[in-house]
Amino acid sequence: MEPLRIHEGLVYPLNRTNVDTDQIIPKQFLKRIERQGFGQFLFYNWRFHDDGEPREDFSLNDDKYKGASILVAGENFGCGSSREHAPWALEDYGFKVIIAPSFADIFYNNCFKNGLLPVTLNEETIQQLIKKAETERYEVTVNLEAQTVQDSEGMQESFDISSYQKEMLLNGWDEIAVTLNEADKIDQYEQNIVKY
Amino acid sequence: MDHPKTIIDKIWERHIVHQEQEKPDLLYIDLHLVHEVTSPQAFEGLRMKGRKVRRPDLTYATMDHNVPTIHRNVIKDEISKTQMETLKQNCEQFNIPLADIDHPDQGIVHVIGPQLGLTQPGKTIVCGDSHTSTHGAFGALAFGIGTSEVEHVLATQTIWQQKPKTLNVKVNGNLGKGVTAKDLILAIIAKHGVRFGTGYIIEYTGEVIRNLSMEGRMTICNMSIEAGARAGLISPDDTTIEYLRGKRHAPEGEAFDRAAEDWRSLATDEGAAYDATVEINAEEIEPQVSWGTNPSMCIPVSESVPDPENAATVNEKQAIERALDYMGLEPNQPISSVEIEHVFIGSCTNSRLSDLQRAAEIVRGKKVKDSVRAMVVPGSHNVKEAAEKEGLDVIFKQAGFEWRAAGCSMCLAMNDDVVPPGERCASTSNRNFEGRQGNGARTHLVSPEMAAAAAIEGRFTDVRQMGSAVLS
Ligand code: SF4
Repeated sequence: MEPLRIHEGLVYPLNRTNVDTDQIIPKQFLKRIERQGFGQFLFYNWRFHDDGEPREDFSLNDDKYKGASILVAGENFGCGSSREHAPWALEDYGFKVIIAPSFADIFYNNCFKNGLLPVTLNEETIQQLIKKAETERYEVTVNLEAQTVQDSEGMQESFDISSYQKEMLLNGWDEIAVTLNEADKIDQYEQNIVKY
Repeated sequence: MDHPKTIIDKIWERHIVHQEQEKPDLLYIDLHLVHEVTSPQAFEGLRMKGRKVRRPDLTYATMDHNVPTIHRNVIKDEISKTQMETLKQNCEQFNIPLADIDHPDQGIVHVIGPQLGLTQPGKTIVCGDSHTSTHGAFGALAFGIGTSEVEHVLATQTIWQQKPKTLNVKVNGNLGKGVTAKDLILAIIAKHGVRFGTGYIIEYTGEVIRNLSMEGRMTICNMSIEAGARAGLISPDDTTIEYLRGKRHAPEGEAFDRAAEDWRSLATDEGAAYDATVEINAEEIEPQVSWGTNPSMCIPVSESVPDPENAATVNEKQAIERALDYMGLEPNQPISSVEIEHVFIGSCTNSRLSDLQRAAEIVRGKKVKDSVRAMVVPGSHNVKEAAEKEGLDVIFKQAGFEWRAAGCSMCLAMNDDVVPPGERCASTSNRNFEGRQGNGARTHLVSPEMAAAAAIEGRFTDVRQMGSAVLS
């Protein structure tokens, strides 16, 4: 996994609440057995008509958001199904950071396994970010080390993140390797399991 | 006695392998359930790193999401076929027991775990599927995980977890006739929203929960994730223990008695403290129908679809407008005036034997409305056989229902069981998200009884007004 420390990028605003993982990546694309290549299917039913033509009424198709790497959305982002295809699709499409007032639990955890940083900011700030990004080309800098989000006009907000998850992303660690360092503890635990 | 503890604390403490400041706890996993959709990349990850499955004996796989429910062996979609074959190969390579499509134990992963007795009180259970919370009905700590975590559990039999807070959802009173566990959980989510469980593990308590059968309890715990909770569970009691007695993977003889004693000791102690509590009055609950695009958008069958003009906030107003637009509904339209084209009785929420029995009582001797296509998809092959033994298949077929083989089917429409764009389905599943049952499909979540009633009437009907003698 690629480490992530500081990321500067274009904001794409998605002013919707409760965006569920069925919307992020619809089920017809869950049949693939690979981890890569899901970006083309991101928000598929919102982005495309049935015949595969892009929908003009969905803003991600707008040229001005080409190259966006920071997604800002409403509360409870990523709710619903546990499918990790959702962060795979977001990451493969080019997003590095998702900012929302709150996230669904499984989605939030899944992000860290895929070099995607979920940032929780208050509702008011989110609405400001969304407004800006809807009206102009808006870039922000997300600094994981300092736990801040900044823009060039003096906006600066800090965010919370657990130190464990922060370390994971900063170092791009393979969590299984980390755990296998504790293998003797797992052995010991197994020896002590009580059988009925 | 030590200070009183919740079942959540007790199970958590038992499973800590490693604990350190500033880190989540490393928890041991007692049972890992695997299905074809969220596992291929995990097995591939193991292969790439040359890793093994640590405890294939604590791992159990089945095929459910993709499987056809008619013509079992005709899988038209090549990619689906590959996914199923991949699971088979992975299970062979890593020595994992698999109930594949022809196996008598095949079924929806959350139906077969309990049915085989793999699901037991006090266990930590994970699966790459958000509805793993279902197994909490037995007093197990069960939660959904992503594919990277599936790989992690395969390799290490453990998972890193920050301990969530505890939430007591206490249900007082009694459920009325014709009001089911499904109506109860829908009403709870309608009242408190799709986020009220976020950051929590829910324990469901109170008289109503105690009086529910195991199957009703599974329906409740199943939908914990729709409230955003990490998990939902119910302290084990006699109902739990009697359900497990004699199940294939449950302990036998004296070992069962020892297990039962231990299971009872896991129940939340009198006076244990929770981080939060909400109380629900069951007497107020009516049969529910969802009208929108998330499970909190739900109303009693006697009520009308909301008016965005009455929304409390701008966000809520927009959400209601979007949902009404997608669902093709008008503000203030009585939900009982809404006509449907499809009925789906199935899914890990409501596809167990008692669900089918109750639905069959409603349809017995009646006919599905001409304009409706209705199907029953049992949750497992075992449920299907048990239902056929009682002649439920005949009742459904005579009424005009299709009687299918087990799988997830129209719950997520990954196989051929799809609701066409713009059409409406009364569904006993758990999610009414946009496109869930097919692109443009409109899902209304209901209980099995309400789905059966809708099939007969062609629109939503209060099941309590349909010859109440058969209602439990
Ligand atoms: S029945 Fe539906 S909700 Fe349950 S596991 Fe299958 S797809 Fe998921």
